[in-house]
Amino acid sequence: MAHQSDLIGSDIEAYLKVHQHKSLLRFITCGSVDDGKSTLIGRLLYESKMIFEDQMIALEADSKKDGTRGAEIDFALLVDGLAAEREQGITIDVAYRFFSTERRKFIVADTPGHEQYTRNMVTGASTADLAVVLIDARKGLLTQTRRHSYLVSLLGIRRVVLAINKIDLVGYSQEVFNTILADYKAFAAQIGFDEITAIPMSAAYGDNIIEHGPNMPWYKGPVLMEHLESVDVTDLGANSPFRYVVQWVNRPNLDFRGFAGQIVSGTVRPGDKIRVLPSGRTSQVARIVTADGDLPVAVAGQSVTLTLTDEVDVSRGDVIAAVDDPPVVADQFQATIVWMHDDALLQGRSYLMKIGARTVTATVMPIKHKVNVNTLEQLAAERLELNDIGVCELALDQPITFEPYAKNRDLGGFILIDRLTNNTVGAGLLEFELRRSQNIHWQALDINKTARGILKGQKPVILWLTGLSGAGKSTIANVVERKLAALGRHTYLLDGDNVRHGLNKDLGFTEQDRVENIRRVAEVSKLMIDAGMIVLVSFISPFRAERRAARALVEEGEFIEVFIDTTLAEAEKRDVKGLYKKARSGELKNFTGIDSAYEAPESAEIRIDTALTAPDAAADRIISYLRDGGYLGRL
Amino acid sequence: MKLRPAAATEAPGSMLTHLQRLEAESIQILREVVAECEKPVMLYSIGKDSAVMLHLAMKAFYPAPPPFPLLHVDTTWKFRAMYEFRDAMAKKLGMDLLIHINQEGVDQGIGPFTHGSQVHTDVMKTQGLKQALDKYGFDAAFGGARRDEEKSRAKERIFSFRSAQHRWDPKNQRPELWSLYNTRKHKGESIRVFPISNWTELDVWQYIHLESIPIVPLYFSAKRPVVERDGSLIMVDDDRMPLKPGEVPQMKMVRFRTLGCYPLTGAVESEADTLPAIIQEMLLTKTSERQGRVIDHDSAASMEKKKQEGYF
Repeated sequence: MAHQSDLIGSDIEAYLKVHQHKSLLRFITCGSVDDGKSTLIGRLLYESKMIFEDQMIALEADSKKDGTRGAEIDFALLVDGLAAEREQGITIDVAYRFFSTERRKFIVADTPGHEQYTRNMVTGASTADLAVVLIDARKGLLTQTRRHSYLVSLLGIRRVVLAINKIDLVGYSQEVFNTILADYKAFAAQIGFDEITAIPMSAAYGDNIIEHGPNMPWYKGPVLMEHLESVDVTDLGANSPFRYVVQWVNRPNLDFRGFAGQIVSGTVRPGDKIRVLPSGRTSQVARIVTADGDLPVAVAGQSVTLTLTDEVDVSRGDVIAAVDDPPVVADQFQATIVWMHDDALLQGRSYLMKIGARTVTATVMPIKHKVNVNTLEQLAAERLELNDIGVCELALDQPITFEPYAKNRDLGGFILIDRLTNNTVGAGLLEFELRRSQNIHWQALDINKTARGILKGQKPVILWLTGLSGAGKSTIANVVERKLAALGRHTYLLDGDNVRHGLNKDLGFTEQDRVENIRRVAEVSKLMIDAGMIVLVSFISPFRAERRAARALVEEGEFIEVFIDTTLAEAEKRDVKGLYKKARSGELKNFTGIDSAYEAPESAEIRIDTALTAPDAAADRIISYLRDGGYLGRL
Repeated sequence: MKLRPAAATEAPGSMLTHLQRLEAESIQILREVVAECEKPVMLYSIGKDSAVMLHLAMKAFYPAPPPFPLLHVDTTWKFRAMYEFRDAMAKKLGMDLLIHINQEGVDQGIGPFTHGSQVHTDVMKTQGLKQALDKYGFDAAFGGARRDEEKSRAKERIFSFRSAQHRWDPKNQRPELWSLYNTRKHKGESIRVFPISNWTELDVWQYIHLESIPIVPLYFSAKRPVVERDGSLIMVDDDRMPLKPGEVPQMKMVRFRTLGCYPLTGAVESEADTLPAIIQEMLLTKTSERQGRVIDHDSAASMEKKKQEGYF
C-alpha cells in the first residue's frame, strides 16, 4: 500500500505525526443502478493506493470471471462483497469502505440504487457528512436521482457532490454537463442544499477523479479527491449549546459516581452549571474524567465521564444540558418516519422508540400524509408500507428530551422497534413537539387505584378474553360477571359488539380500524381499573401486537389474558350470528379466521378449551385463578 | 496508561482527529452493550485488534474495570508467546479470563497438520466458540473484526444478530442508523458486537503507537526458526510440527502481521523491530494482512460462508 508520501521512507515518525492529525470525512455515494457507484469507489480505493498486490491479482482474476467490462479491470468487484450479490451483478446492501490520503481519512457508505432498498440509503445517509450523487451522463436526472437527493436532504446532509459520470460516453461534452447541472439545480431548489459541487467524470477511466487529465480542458473546477480532501466539515455542533447523553452510571465504589456518555453538541468545562433532563434538576460539573486524566474541556463527539458537585439523581437516558439553554421535554410530537419493514406501519399501533440512550413506547397517532419521494407530493395515507415516508403524530408513554432533527441529529433521530419480532422497523426524525403535550399533565390525585380497590375489597384487574367469533367469549364473560357480582365484587363487562354500537361506531373492520378499536378499548379498561374495577373485556382482538400493547398499558399483574380456544371448524359450525356464512359468501370482508388472521396467544395466563369445558366450568376456573391471585380480597 | 492530552484540549473548539472520533465511537458502542445486554463477554484473541479493543474497554468504564470477562477460545495451536502474553495481560488488568477448549475436538485429535486448516478452524474455533457461548449463556460478545479486513465484513453491521443456532443471515440484517443500536433479542439469540468496525489496519497500528498499547512480541522482528511451505514461512514453535524429510528449520529475521494458530500463520521476513518500523513496513508493503492467513485462501467467498455458520 504505497501511500504517496516520501516521509514514509525517509522519516516515519514525522509521517505518523502528520497522520495523527488527519480529520475524518464520512460520505455516501448514491445514484441509480448502473450509474457506476461501485466502480467509483473501487477507483477511489485504487487511486489512493489502498489496494494490495494480492488483491489486485484476485481482482484481475475476478474481472475475467465475473466482470462486466470484458477484459478490463472491473473496479466494482472490489466492493461488491456478498456472494449472492456477485451472482446477481448488483449491490444489495450498505457497505462501508475506507481509504485515506495525506489530509483525511474517509469512510464511504456504498448504498444501493434499487428502488426497494430505500432503507439502506437512509441508513448510509444517517452518519454521512456529505453525499456524492451519481448521474449517468447519457441518462440525465432520473426518478432515482430525485428520490435519493430528497432522502439525503431529509437526513440532514447539506453538502452534495453531483458526480456526472460516464462523461466519456457522451464525448466529454460540456453541453451535456451544463444541461444536467441546470436540471439538477432546478430540482434541488425544492429540497435545499447549502452547497452543490458538480464534477464531470469517468470513474471507469479516471478522468477528474485524482487529476484533470486531457479529455475535458473546459472543466476548471476541483477534481473529486481534491474536493473531498478540502470540503469544510467543521462540525457546527461545537458552537451549539452543551448537550450530553448519559449512557451508563459508573459506580465502582461509594466514593465515585460518574455519568458515562457522549457529548452530542457544544463544549463542557468543570464548573459549568448544568440541568439534568427530563427532571429539570440543576447542578455543576465537578470533573471531566477519562482514563488519560481529567480534562479541562471536552467537545462535541467525545465520550467522557462527568461527575457533578451535587448528589442529583441521574440515570441512563437522561440528558445533561447547559443550565440556561436546555432542550425541550415533551411526550407528543410531529415526526417524519421512514418505514423499513414488510409489515406496514398502522395508525394506533404502538412500537418501542429508541432515541439517544432512552427507549420508550410510542403510539402512532393520525398519519398526516405520506410523501411521494419522486414528486415530493403529499398524499393521504392510513398506513406506511416498506420504503414509504410519511409525516405523523406520535404519542409517548413518558416524556423525552429532544431537539428537532434539523438542529441535532442525536437528539432528533430515532428508531422504531417491533415489540414482538424485535426488528428495527422504522426510522424517524422529530420535527416539533405538539402544544397539547406541554399543557396536559397527569393530575396527581390523593385517592388512587389501590385505595379505590381496597374500598371495593378487591385488586383491580383486566380479564382479557380473546378468541374467534363464536368461540363463546361473551357467554363465558357473562357467567364470570354474574358469579363475581354474587360474591359482591365490582365488575364491568366491555363487549366487542356493544362497544362498536357507541364508542367505536366510526370504525370498520380493516386492519387499521381493528388496531384502533383495541387501542380505545384498552384505554377505557385502563381508566376502569384505575376506578378500582374488575374489568372483563370480551373482544376477538386477533393481533398479538395489540393485546401486548393493551397489557403494556397497565402494571404487572393487572392484565390476565384468557384464550377461549375453539377450532375454526367448531366456531363456524355454531355460527350463532350467521356471520361465518356471510363471510364465506364474500358479503362480509376482513372476517377473522376467514380472510383476516387470528394470531393465537403464545402465553395466555388461562386457556379454555371449549371442546372440553362448558361455560360454567370455564367461569369457575377463571374465578379460582382470581381467588388464588388475591384479586378478590377476603371472601 | 499514558497521559495524552486530547487535541481538543490544546485548541478548544477545533475538530477532533480521526483517531479521536474512532475512539469516541468505539467507547459509545462498548457502553451501549453493557447498559442494555444482560451478560456480555469480550472475545480475546490475543492479537493486535483484541489489544486495541481491550484498551478501549479499559477507557470506556474507567475508573471501574470493564464489567465483563474475557473469553479466549483456545485451539491449543497458538504460538507459545501468545499464551504467555494472554496470561500476563489478564493478570495485569485484573480481569476475569475464561478459556474454552473444544474437548471433543481434542479427543478426536483434531489439528491443523492432521486435518487441514478448514476442519481444524471449524472444529476448534467455530464450534468451540459456539460451545463456549452456550455454556456460559452470554447474550452479547465483543469481537475485534474490522470492516476493512475483507469484502463480506464491509457489509456487516456493528451489532450483528445471531440466531439461537449462532447463524448469521446476511440478507436479514437490521438497519443501523446514527449511533442507535437495537439490542433487543429473543431468548437464546445473541449479538456479536464489533466496536472497532470502522478502524483500518493503519488506524490500529497508529493507535497502538500513540497509546503505547502492549502487543505480543511476535509482531516485532526477531530471529526465529522457520520452514518454507507452499510459499509461506511457518515457524517451528513446538515439537508437534512434523518436519518433512530433509526439512531443516532455518533461523531467519521474521515477524508476523497477523496472529493465529502457528501452523496456519505465515511469517514475513523483516527487520522491523519497533512500532514505527512496523508501520513503515506496512505502508510500503504490497500484500494485504490477511494473506498471511491460510484460511482465506480456501475458496472464494469463504469468509462469508464461515460467518453464516457462526465463525466470527
